[in-house]
Amino acid sequence: MKIAESWLREWVNPDLDTEALAHQLTMTGHEVDGVEPQGLGLEDVVIAEVLEAEQHPNADRLRVCQVSDGSGETLEIVCGAPNAVAGMKTPLAKPGVTLPNGITLKQAKIRGVVSNGMLCSSDELGLGSDSDGIIRLPDDAPVGERLIDFLQLPDATIDLSLTPNRGDCFSVLGIARDVSALSGAELKSADVAPVTATIDDTQAVVVEFNEGCPAFAGRLIKGINPNAASPIWMTERLRRSGLRPISPVVDITNYVMLELGQPLHAYDAAKVQGAIVPRLARSGEKVTLLDEKVVDLNDDTMVITDDSGVIGIAGIMGGLSTAVSDETVDVYFEGAFWTPIHIAGRARSYGMHTDASMRFERGVDPNGQARAVERASELLLQIAGGDAGPIEVHGDGQTLPQPSNISLRRERLSALLGVEIDDARVADILTNLGMEVTATDRGWDVVAPAFRFDIAIEADLIEEVARIFGYDNIPEATAIAATPLEPLTETQISTNSVADVLTGRDYQEVVTYSFVEPSLNETVTGEASELVLTNPISSEMSVMRSSLLTGLLQAAASNVARQQSRVRLFEIGKAFTGALGSHNEPVRIGGISVGTRGPEQWAEQAQPIDFYDIKADVEAILGLLDSSASIDFEAVKHPALQPGQAASILRDGESIGVIGKLHPRLKKPFDLKPDAFVFELDAAKTLSTTIPIEEAVSKFPSIRRDIAVVVDENILAQHLVAEVRSAIPDLVAGVRIFDVYQGPGVEAGLKSVALGLILQETSRTLTDDDADSAMAAAVQKLHEKFGAELRE
Amino acid sequence: MQPLEELIEQASAAIAAADDLGALDAVRVNYFGKKGELTSRAKSVSSLPVEERPGAGKAINEAKQVLQTALNTRRESLETAALEATLADDAVDVTLPGRGVGLGGRHPITRTMDRIERIFRNAGFGVRSGPEIEDDFHNFTALNFPANHPARAEHDTFFLNGDNLLRTHTSPVQVRSMLEEGAPIRIIAPGRVYRCDSDLTHTPMFHQVEGLVVDKGITLANLKAVLHQFVETFFERKAELRFRPSYFPFTEPSAEVDVLWEEGKWLEILGCGMVHPNVLESAGVDPEVYTGYAFGMGVERLAMLRYQVSDLRTFFDNDLRFLRQFR
Repeated sequence: MKIAESWLREWVNPDLDTEALAHQLTMTGHEVDGVEPQGLGLEDVVIAEVLEAEQHPNADRLRVCQVSDGSGETLEIVCGAPNAVAGMKTPLAKPGVTLPNGITLKQAKIRGVVSNGMLCSSDELGLGSDSDGIIRLPDDAPVGERLIDFLQLPDATIDLSLTPNRGDCFSVLGIARDVSALSGAELKSADVAPVTATIDDTQAVVVEFNEGCPAFAGRLIKGINPNAASPIWMTERLRRSGLRPISPVVDITNYVMLELGQPLHAYDAAKVQGAIVPRLARSGEKVTLLDEKVVDLNDDTMVITDDSGVIGIAGIMGGLSTAVSDETVDVYFEGAFWTPIHIAGRARSYGMHTDASMRFERGVDPNGQARAVERASELLLQIAGGDAGPIEVHGDGQTLPQPSNISLRRERLSALLGVEIDDARVADILTNLGMEVTATDRGWDVVAPAFRFDIAIEADLIEEVARIFGYDNIPEATAIAATPLEPLTETQISTNSVADVLTGRDYQEVVTYSFVEPSLNETVTGEASELVLTNPISSEMSVMRSSLLTGLLQAAASNVARQQSRVRLFEIGKAFTGALGSHNEPVRIGGISVGTRGPEQWAEQAQPIDFYDIKADVEAILGLLDSSASIDFEAVKHPALQPGQAASILRDGESIGVIGKLHPRLKKPFDLKPDAFVFELDAAKTLSTTIPIEEAVSKFPSIRRDIAVVVDENILAQHLVAEVRSAIPDLVAGVRIFDVYQGPGVEAGLKSVALGLILQETSRTLTDDDADSAMAAAVQKLHEKFGAELRE
Repeated sequence: MQPLEELIEQASAAIAAADDLGALDAVRVNYFGKKGELTSRAKSVSSLPVEERPGAGKAINEAKQVLQTALNTRRESLETAALEATLADDAVDVTLPGRGVGLGGRHPITRTMDRIERIFRNAGFGVRSGPEIEDDFHNFTALNFPANHPARAEHDTFFLNGDNLLRTHTSPVQVRSMLEEGAPIRIIAPGRVYRCDSDLTHTPMFHQVEGLVVDKGITLANLKAVLHQFVETFFERKAELRFRPSYFPFTEPSAEVDVLWEEGKWLEILGCGMVHPNVLESAGVDPEVYTGYAFGMGVERLAMLRYQVSDLRTFFDNDLRFLRQFR
């Protein structure tokens, strides 16, 4: 909310400069987002009167004006404004004066006529954006006096970021109340003298939904001057408070709303048909609003109706059919209390947000309806004349908020704040906030004003005391809660350890969005995500990712597009799987590698990465597990991976992840040109381990024996190794595969696999004979199982 | 016969002139070999008259010793030179880069989150987590957000249906942890959060770290102390903090905390407050017995300040040229 500083100071005027006032507001919980100075640098601009305005002899669009600056002299000034007419009062800048836009005026000849200064538009003076004409000051503006004195300048616009609990602060009065409580400066009375009715005319009102509309104040004012203009003091205050002046009736409703916090609505009374009836909308009803938008109404929305149907949405926006216009002569002011729970969220449900709805949602002063109508009436009669009817307040008033009675315990106050505050200070703080305070044995009994919707329980009062006492005045005190030591699970490997492994292997961590494009997600996982956002930012971010690979592929592709030829990325984060309600959020570890095995290097030939490179990266992660973990890689089909270069990673037979080469089919949707290798592991399934238990280390030397066997090319290496181990289980300390060969010397369809066996006994030194018979047993087993032949 | 002195002189010159081990060995053979000059001269001593023998033998032995020492010295020097020559041939350009894959790095957000986590772990805080797809109860209702309250609207929420949403803050973990563990409790909860907002200063996903301490006698003064110490620990410098009254439905009193940054500017870095009695109650903790504080900090904000990152969105561009700056 923006308010003009001068307006606030009319209500409460603490002995503080603008900066100090803004600081105080911020420290009271009303954060000042900005202070924009108004009317700086206008010290030398004076009020002048245009005596004559005649056509410029040499220019169609210019006029030559004779202007009085009050000194008795008459100045000849060339002016381009279409609205310059004899008799008008307007700001004048004489030669030598520098305007806020930095221009210093000089006597100048314009199309052959000497001009002795400039008549100014609001744009030129930094007082608004109107550059179409010069400012028309009121006829009573004193000629020759400084403009800033007349307009109460300089001033400032204070932009406040108000919290949603303080509906009572959405007005000059509300902010002034808090400033007064804090500074002790006197608050101007908010009482408004009632306007005396001069006619008996009233507008019939029948409140049908009292629960949502316990108070509906209104007054008819007939015969206003439709040509009246809003006075400059009012338009200036509105402008400095961020509102655009429109017409006297609209300006008055805005002015009163900003001043007192009660939104008002003005009807063109001549257009209202029959009685005004506030009620809940019926489904199927529609209304055309002031902004000409047509809204289909929900039956939870309160509306204003007359005989013609719906003529406005209660507390949000009025309808077009009864709106005031330039021709309006009879006005009906409405000042209602719309119960917050019947307003909250409604504007939003129609995609709207208005100054009125914002205030009603948070709650307006339940005693402020008639006062606001009185204030608006007073202003309208003053500005546009007319005859006022009697004020009437409809509604049964039963659901109007009542002041709450709360006990505040002294002991509780210090228990929460950690500071002792004097009893007298506490009572003062609460009293200054408009509360009735009665001292009791244990503390105070407090009655909070009805407009304080945020005060219902003891903690609310403690907050008020702390807020005004000042958080800065509360000391710091270190305290540690009496909690036991946190468990530290050694059987769970942390994802940080995984990150260390991967960064040690030149992987860079990324953070990608948890929501992705649905078709890409489906391309990667083979299934449509069932976790769909109803209100996504964009369709590219509309379903929850069921794999980290989607984001990794996008990140890799964008880096390749940025001329990175070697890209190695990983992410640790959640994937989201299953249907809503039975969904899971497993933490995954995902990686992608594109480009060469190592960075470009002078001594090494650049090698493109292949399956076994990324497999080594995964094996490095799995290397964090205890050695007894049984891990298998099993060839699989996977929607994202190239057949024949894709594997499921099994731990004790259960899949814990996948690894493989990106299917060429996926290059296009991800716009990724080079080959990519990826992996994705389930963190929980992968990272549990056991506590290591020492096994005796053999003191006896080992023997290595190498063999090469020729087998069918489809026999998997892992199976050969397993068979060797099972043939001589007690002697094998290790099996290495040190060569795999196909080509000359080996028949087509077969391959030669070279195995190195490390043989060892824990109780004795093996002899060559032991080794020979062990090897024979192993070869025999391989022959029986796979038809393996020793390669000579 | 040549005088012995002359022979010594001649031999010494030959030793000095030998410029490799082969030449030196030839000199040795020439003088010490079976037919070498010193050898034959030693043999000839026996043919001298008896009274001259001791004197001549001694002179020859002395000459042998002198020349043997010269030979050894020369050999050592030639060997050293030879080794040096070999090693010189083996020299490498030490400025050429080494072989290897290089080193990757963590993302600045996880790096920051990890740093925050370690600071609080050191102070004895436990680390908890919760689901990112939350329900209305844990994200709002249990945190004292009334239905339809404007405070809800301020959380631009992503919905999956009427009840399920992406958590808008890490505060639901407060509720879940208290329901599970009761009081006393001292935890932080780092993680991803989501708001339906995307512009220069907002990304639809970001990270928070929530903190919660509930016990008997916990006060606002304790909250002020822990946050002041945290900020000074995190930034590794003295810091001036300002606690500004604010509003969060789940704390009361509530505050926003600003830190005094360069040029006398106050920068908002986190929100905090005393846990609202309604929140304690909905989490099964008796607010008459226990009090507590809670805080929530934006990880991106802290990372931007710490590493002087100017544009929030850079964190999610995943540009290697940016990420590689964080080792």
